[in-house]
Amino acid sequence: MEVEAAKMIGAGIACIALAGAGLGIGNIFGSYLSAAMRNPSAAQKQFPNLLLGFALAEATGLFGLVVALIILFAF
Amino acid sequence: MAANPMSQFEVYSIGPKIQIGSFDLSFTNSSLFMVLTVAVISLFFIAATQKKSLVPNKMQLIAEMAFEFVSKMISETAGKDARPYFPFILSLFLFVLVANLLGMLPYSFTVTSHIIVTFALAFFIFIGVTIVGFAKHGISYLKLFVPSGVPIFLLPLIIVIEVISYLSRPVSLSVRLFANMMAGHTMLKVFGGFVVSLGILGGWLPLGFAVALTGLELLVAFIQAYVFAILTCIYLNDALNLHH
Repeated sequence: MEVEAAKMIGAGIACIALAGAGLGIGNIFGSYLSAAMRNPSAAQKQFPNLLLGFALAEATGLFGLVVALIILFAF
Repeated sequence: MAANPMSQFEVYSIGPKIQIGSFDLSFTNSSLFMVLTVAVISLFFIAATQKKSLVPNKMQLIAEMAFEFVSKMISETAGKDARPYFPFILSLFLFVLVANLLGMLPYSFTVTSHIIVTFALAFFIFIGVTIVGFAKHGISYLKLFVPSGVPIFLLPLIIVIEVISYLSRPVSLSVRLFANMMAGHTMLKVFGGFVVSLGILGGWLPLGFAVALTGLELLVAFIQAYVFAILTCIYLNDALNLHH
């Protein structure tokens, strides 16, 4: 196979990481909402944790992007 | 044809070329925006604290909000032992936040979209936290790698995992910030390219997306600065209060 074509395919495959990030972010916001509906008075206090979890989950997807960029530009 | 979406991250030197040994120390657009970031923060705080009053005016209010936000963040995550590190965390938070926000201006340069900048920040935090930990606890700081309540036959495996996760902290901290900023700015540029290539008839839809994404990027700029600062607090907490 051509190296150039293999690079493109590899970079595309690396974007599968976004599926996990999507699951994670959806899970975090979904859990936060359902918990906040049950106990709205406690919701405000957990908001920083929500942002922290969101950023941590989102970062895993972006690591996939970094892998894709390394494949495309660094090799 | 639209310009390459990655060309916005290009670093070029402005002013005279300075070369020491094999290092190119020229003043670049990246350095310019770092200086701008520090200047904006300093000027804002100098102006805000010019006329201090018990009932604050608008600028003093914003300065106090930033101060209290970071102060609360430190006391909630790292306890009162982390109080001496407040100036460091505040400057770190403000530097990352203002660098991210300055990067949102059209035709500006995002300092934090380069891995070497964020890695330098994260690596100094890592070294600093390790020194703080060893200075406070001495050799028993190594207990951080030995969680309590683990069966003895699992310990060799757990210790290796803990050491690797400790050593990968600067990498994950820096890549998180860098990848978020770079991905966001690339995405904005790609949608900007769609507006140009679809023209006056079809360009309105991507234009709307670009406006919405700019809002999202402003949120991300704040969240990433917050996460960068709060993870520093969490690392400091690990070093100050060994509670494994």
